[in-house]
Amino acid sequence: MKNNSISRRQFVKGATGLIVGFNLFGSHLLGQTIGQFGSAGGFPQPSELDSWLMVGSNGIVTVYTSKVDLGTGVLTALSQVMAEELNVSFDRIHMITGDTAQTIDQSQTSGSRTLHKAGPQLRQAAAAGKQQLLKLASAHLEVAAEKLTVNDGVVSVIGNPSRNVSYWKLRGGKRFNVTITATGTGPLLEVAPEVPAKNPKDYKIVGTPVPRVDLPAKFTGEFTYSQDVRIPGMLHGRVIRPLEVISQLISVDESSIKDIPGGVKLVREDRFVGVVATTEWSAIQAAKALKVKWSVPDPKLPANRDDLYAYLKNTKTFKDQVVANRGNLESAFSQATKTFEATYHWPFQMHGMIGPSCAVADVRGDQATIWTGSQGTHRTRKAVADLLGVPERNVRIVYAEGSGCYGRLCADDVAEDAALMSRSVGKAVRVQWMREEEHAWEPKGTAQLMTVRAGVDAEGNITAWDFMDRYFPYTAAPGYPLLASMQAGLKSNGPGFPGNGYDYGTTAGGDLYAFENQRVVCPVIPWIQNELSPLRTCNLRAPGAVGRAFASESFIDEVASNLRVDPVQFRLKSPRNEKRTTEILLTSAKKAGWIERVSPAPPANGSKITGRGVAMSDRDGAIVAAVAEVEVDKSNGKVKVNRITVAHDCGLIANPDGLKNQIEGNVVQGVSRTLLEEVQFDELGMKNVDWNSYSTIRFQDIPEVEIVLIEHPELGFLGAGEASIIPVPAAIANAVFDAVGVRVRDVPLTPERVLSALQSQPLNQGV
Amino acid sequence: MSRITLTVNGRARVVDADPSTPLLYILRDNLGLNGPKFGCGLSQCGACTVILDGRTVRSCGIPVSAMQNRNITTLEGLGSSTQPNYLQKAFIEEQAAQCGYCVNGMIMAAKALLDKNENPTDYEIKEALNRNLCRCGTHLRIVRAVKRAAREKVGTGRI
Repeated sequence: MKNNSISRRQFVKGATGLIVGFNLFGSHLLGQTIGQFGSAGGFPQPSELDSWLMVGSNGIVTVYTSKVDLGTGVLTALSQVMAEELNVSFDRIHMITGDTAQTIDQSQTSGSRTLHKAGPQLRQAAAAGKQQLLKLASAHLEVAAEKLTVNDGVVSVIGNPSRNVSYWKLRGGKRFNVTITATGTGPLLEVAPEVPAKNPKDYKIVGTPVPRVDLPAKFTGEFTYSQDVRIPGMLHGRVIRPLEVISQLISVDESSIKDIPGGVKLVREDRFVGVVATTEWSAIQAAKALKVKWSVPDPKLPANRDDLYAYLKNTKTFKDQVVANRGNLESAFSQATKTFEATYHWPFQMHGMIGPSCAVADVRGDQATIWTGSQGTHRTRKAVADLLGVPERNVRIVYAEGSGCYGRLCADDVAEDAALMSRSVGKAVRVQWMREEEHAWEPKGTAQLMTVRAGVDAEGNITAWDFMDRYFPYTAAPGYPLLASMQAGLKSNGPGFPGNGYDYGTTAGGDLYAFENQRVVCPVIPWIQNELSPLRTCNLRAPGAVGRAFASESFIDEVASNLRVDPVQFRLKSPRNEKRTTEILLTSAKKAGWIERVSPAPPANGSKITGRGVAMSDRDGAIVAAVAEVEVDKSNGKVKVNRITVAHDCGLIANPDGLKNQIEGNVVQGVSRTLLEEVQFDELGMKNVDWNSYSTIRFQDIPEVEIVLIEHPELGFLGAGEASIIPVPAAIANAVFDAVGVRVRDVPLTPERVLSALQSQPLNQGV
Repeated sequence: MSRITLTVNGRARVVDADPSTPLLYILRDNLGLNGPKFGCGLSQCGACTVILDGRTVRSCGIPVSAMQNRNITTLEGLGSSTQPNYLQKAFIEEQAAQCGYCVNGMIMAAKALLDKNENPTDYEIKEALNRNLCRCGTHLRIVRAVKRAAREKVGTGRI
């Protein structure tokens, strides 16, 4: 046994070396045997057990999944799920992720769905694998399977441990050749549902704080990010992409780069322009020096913030999304004792990935291999195959982790950039975007215009709720044409209102509460710029829900304050899922030391005033309550968040420390987006193309974060990648109101906005 | 192209390069040291931080020509995953990263701090790291890791 054990660390090191190692033998393995699969183009099928896992003769179980680790630690959590179900120690699990030649398409890694959806798929594959191994052991030991037990991959007879055989002896290095049940695709793929899996109450590995497998190598420079993939003979490329709406290309002056050393080559395909050189620095210099003339763009975008919200308000929707519509709203409003109305604004915001997008492409003839940090390598394969005009089976996309990803980023776009350049020069090319391109061209979270009305009866209950969120659709949705394809004239940008379901979500507009008469509508407003614009939109962490919760949970507080009810108590009056929401609210309040009273707080002396605020959210069943404690400097409007207390319930917990890490990150990012972040734009695009003009929160402004995890194993995994950012902005805005008695309905809560509110709004203080 | 000799992690290295090349690309592409990362090329984010003669510098913003006979320490110079130094160990103990792309800068800035100040306060740690950006929001863990490292360092007398 001991001889077979390979430490996790050694193995991960081996795995990271694999990327480079396999290149030494040439990256075109497509015509050869890859991993556990057969001949060229033979893609893994979900109905084959061998597509999911392989027991090695060395005691390592290799697991194949299209789900990838975007820096969240989910690979560690999935490994725990597999080790648990197979009854092997954690160190024996090795994951192959996001390699299109080796993994089934379980859909992209997004939307907090990895543990939620792919967790059960992998768990059931493991359960089916264990069932097969027990069958083999039963035959080998000549004992019925029911009389066998497994401990770290060694199957023994219950009551007679000396009669045993290991998984690796039974199946080491050999295929199972077994068909399993598999129906549906992507997140709806159901794998071997008939095979019994372990009861969560028997879990020994799932639910423990196993240290992350990737971190030691990340702390020493040994980890291979997509930015670190190198192939012998590889060249360096850079793209020349305007930082505003892309118009027509008039001319490229090649003589402008003739003096730059490094064998610089120009790559041009219609409106796509790139340079390739032997060194990265030559490519960077050439990209900067190349004189490119573009036609005057034809801007159709709102030119500033006021125009933007006027456009969102006045433009006819192309899709009304009605989330809730019950009771008789107008009659309820007419009978209400009091009515309330407010408008909230959420700005365009950036993902702000620290490491600009990077890919290495090796295109030889009609075959291509590309390393990139795509969230969905299968969809990138399709894009690149279309771009190159080759069958999908000729393209292999290998996932290599990029820097943290909080929504659709440009690992796909840069894969196309690299592919075009590699095809042009006939060698492997590494392309990394520069900071200004990353800031400019990453798809943004859309601006949102939210209006809320509520009616209250004589007993102080909300009887009417009317919520509307007007926003832009995804113009750069996952699976849409990528930049290079469009610039090369192969695909069109489309009309800007695709309406195929890629929108900014519909939750958190007050649907958390069951009001008798309730309407929640999310109208999608067409995007009018048909040319490629840096203000393209896509999913940004907790798409839309962060803005909607800012509006709905601020508004609930406004009503509570007017009715002179404590904000926690007011929320408890009308929850939809009474038991869990009550539990989550009371837990956060207790942990935060919440004292029941009306907001705002009684007037305080001095210029720095403290306040507290609460908000809650439900994202696909993962529910969170946050209590923010802030300090507002009345002299300059500056808001400092001192502490955020989070109570978090995402059902079953895979790894409590990994979960806390995610929650801390969500909270910090939430504070940053609430206080600091707003994309500045004009009719041509955005103006923030570096970290000075669009910055994120820094160490000195980080609040304390207190976390209470509530576990409901019976609910399974509900996802935690983005649930806890949702209530943060409203909790902060409510705390600001509590402190100084003014309501800021525009994010970010900049000192200017807070000061302006202090000067213009009648103070509610001490009412 | 020029021949430039620089000392990296205690070893003399000779590179042939355009002297205007920022140190970052020399470390990564010529010497295969992936610890320092390209984040902005503008000396704004800190992902490329290295220690030059005892002080942190942004390697994306200084030309290799200025490195002749200077002592450069990169993340690789501190330790390896089999033999992490006290800071790297503390980061592992605290699980102080999510994606980890920025963490090179965090560890290098922390090293420069602890080399000068063995027992920094929370305020001093945050001040020392304030010019380094992290988008995953791992700041709290990073501060905890630096504090742990300081305790370990004082406790063991290790440098």
